[in-house]
Amino acid sequence: MQVLMREDFDTLIEKLQGADYEVIAPRIREGAIVLDTVDSAGDLPAGWTDEQEGGRYTLHRTDSPSLFHYTVGPTSLKSFLYPSRSLLCRVHGGHNDFDVEEPEIEAPQRAFVGVRACELHAMAIQDHVFAGGRHPDPVYTARRNNIFLVAVNCSKAGNTCFCASMGTGPEATAHYDLVLTEVVEDGTHYFLIDAGTKAGRSMLDELPLRPARAAEEEAGAAVVRNAAGSMGRSLDTEGIEDVFFENLENPLWQEVAERCLTCSNCTMACPTCFCSTVEDVSTIDNDMAERWRVWDSCFTTNFSYVFGGAIRKASSSRYRHWITHKLAAWQEQFGTPGCVGCGRCITWCPVGIDITEEAAVLRRQKETRQGEARYGAGTRTAY
Amino acid sequence: MAVAYHEPMLPVPHRVRRMTWETDDTFTMELVAAGGGGITSFAPGQFNMLYVFGVGEAAISMSGSPSNPETLLHTTRAVGSVTKALASLHPGQLIGVRGPYGVSWPVDEAEGRDIVIITGGIGLAPLRPLIYTLIEQRERFGNITILFGARTPDEILFRDEIEQWRRRFDMDVLITVDRASRDWRGRLGVVTTLIPQSPFDPKNSIAYVCGPEVMMYFTLEALEKRGMPRERVFVSMERNMKCGLGFCGHCQLGPKFVCKDGPVFRWTEVASLLDIREI
Repeated sequence: MQVLMREDFDTLIEKLQGADYEVIAPRIREGAIVLDTVDSAGDLPAGWTDEQEGGRYTLHRTDSPSLFHYTVGPTSLKSFLYPSRSLLCRVHGGHNDFDVEEPEIEAPQRAFVGVRACELHAMAIQDHVFAGGRHPDPVYTARRNNIFLVAVNCSKAGNTCFCASMGTGPEATAHYDLVLTEVVEDGTHYFLIDAGTKAGRSMLDELPLRPARAAEEEAGAAVVRNAAGSMGRSLDTEGIEDVFFENLENPLWQEVAERCLTCSNCTMACPTCFCSTVEDVSTIDNDMAERWRVWDSCFTTNFSYVFGGAIRKASSSRYRHWITHKLAAWQEQFGTPGCVGCGRCITWCPVGIDITEEAAVLRRQKETRQGEARYGAGTRTAY
Repeated sequence: MAVAYHEPMLPVPHRVRRMTWETDDTFTMELVAAGGGGITSFAPGQFNMLYVFGVGEAAISMSGSPSNPETLLHTTRAVGSVTKALASLHPGQLIGVRGPYGVSWPVDEAEGRDIVIITGGIGLAPLRPLIYTLIEQRERFGNITILFGARTPDEILFRDEIEQWRRRFDMDVLITVDRASRDWRGRLGVVTTLIPQSPFDPKNSIAYVCGPEVMMYFTLEALEKRGMPRERVFVSMERNMKCGLGFCGHCQLGPKFVCKDGPVFRWTEVASLLDIREI
């Protein structure tokens, strides 16, 4: 482990820019910390922190000079690797004759600085979806191959965070080129830095570093421990597939549907949600047609449309589909859970529906039923 | 920056060679690859994504013979925006095709067994490639029974062909309609009413079922009543599909992707899911 002093942090950004990367890092846009292009370290939200709760997100100033003392905002790596709109093909001609043109793929060289452990896990999950099958998605794969990832270990956990439950954080353990831990104490401000790949090690050689002292390494470990110990939410994943598949018919779904607006915010903010639809557009004289892949959401009625009507008409069916897919069906489909515990779906839900709470309600019901089976029926839990 | 990966969703231009109207709203389209890149083989029960210029794509099963994949046949009802646009095309015009996709009807599993095919309406189309295959390899199987239901006599698909199958001595074809005028001399009633009297040995047979979900549901009930084990019943499912490749998410049926884990499923894989409303 080595040490990069705060005053040398700009060098990291400059070296990445010098290696022809567009540097993307957290910065404040429209009242939230989002991933966006930065020119220098000065664009990072030094001295800012966030406060998140179900349906609520606010930023506050702090006394600390830290660059990364907040958790994840509404955007994620997803929008960069799997763009919300991408052109599948352009078809020239008409019904009597046409040629299909395959568009060139835009895959800019991008370096992401300040990527969190949950984000990296979400990316690894999308790798299974888009690059793990028989038909690798060319847009995702090309973009994925052109990135450099500088992770940062979280120094705080948000109220809606539960990565510790999902085994995806707060410490980045894989999928990064470089990893940082930010330490601010006793008037000093530095980053512990380590490489995870060959590209990361080459970058280390370019930076003004010195070996870390044992006390500094311990200070870094304490930062991560502190974050791990302050998770605002938790989710028990033990036997979770059964918890959901045994409860496909349950009054809970109707109860949630009375609050859910089926607005799709959770699916848009989720870093693993991958569903898309295709939009067909044509020119006014109908001599060229395009096919665009755009993000879609299982919360829309049209999503499940077949001749005769939508399969999932009720919002209760749509919420059940989303949470069951995320926490249970995903395992059978891709060999991993579909949730990384980032908490975005809770924070960005306009009515604060909480994935951890709904999962807990089902589990409590199951335990109550087992208890009744063992000891006879007694009092019932709500729902 | 150009990369080596190619978009798997590119439609391959195919020319319409023939349009045959099977009923008032159902037609068969014969397609030939306009340039290269046509389909060279497919298995019974698989489907293609058919693209109409400027309109969109729909997942449609092949309805022709797997032994003759160059003559690409698709039979469909004109009911949605894409299928209505397909219906308006004339021989010589172009559509896009990509595929074949999906899991096929298992033929080898039928070896040495009686076979019962149960279908309704347009559900016969994805089964026709299977029927062709079974006839070609007739000596491998026991009794073959086809039970087909239509709403009215006018909605009976592939009439001439069904007549030919009925005249064969090595298979039984039973047809029923839900309602008919007085000149109909055949059976009346839903297709499940044919199951109790059909000549198959439930202990050593295999069933292939395709039709509306509710029809398949009651078909399984009737098959179970005759003692047919669920593991030897196969169904073909329909869901909304945008990609056919397993990443648009639309066709999910519980944990299954109908496009790549199906559309043909062993009944035991999906039975518990089909008991659930709006799954």
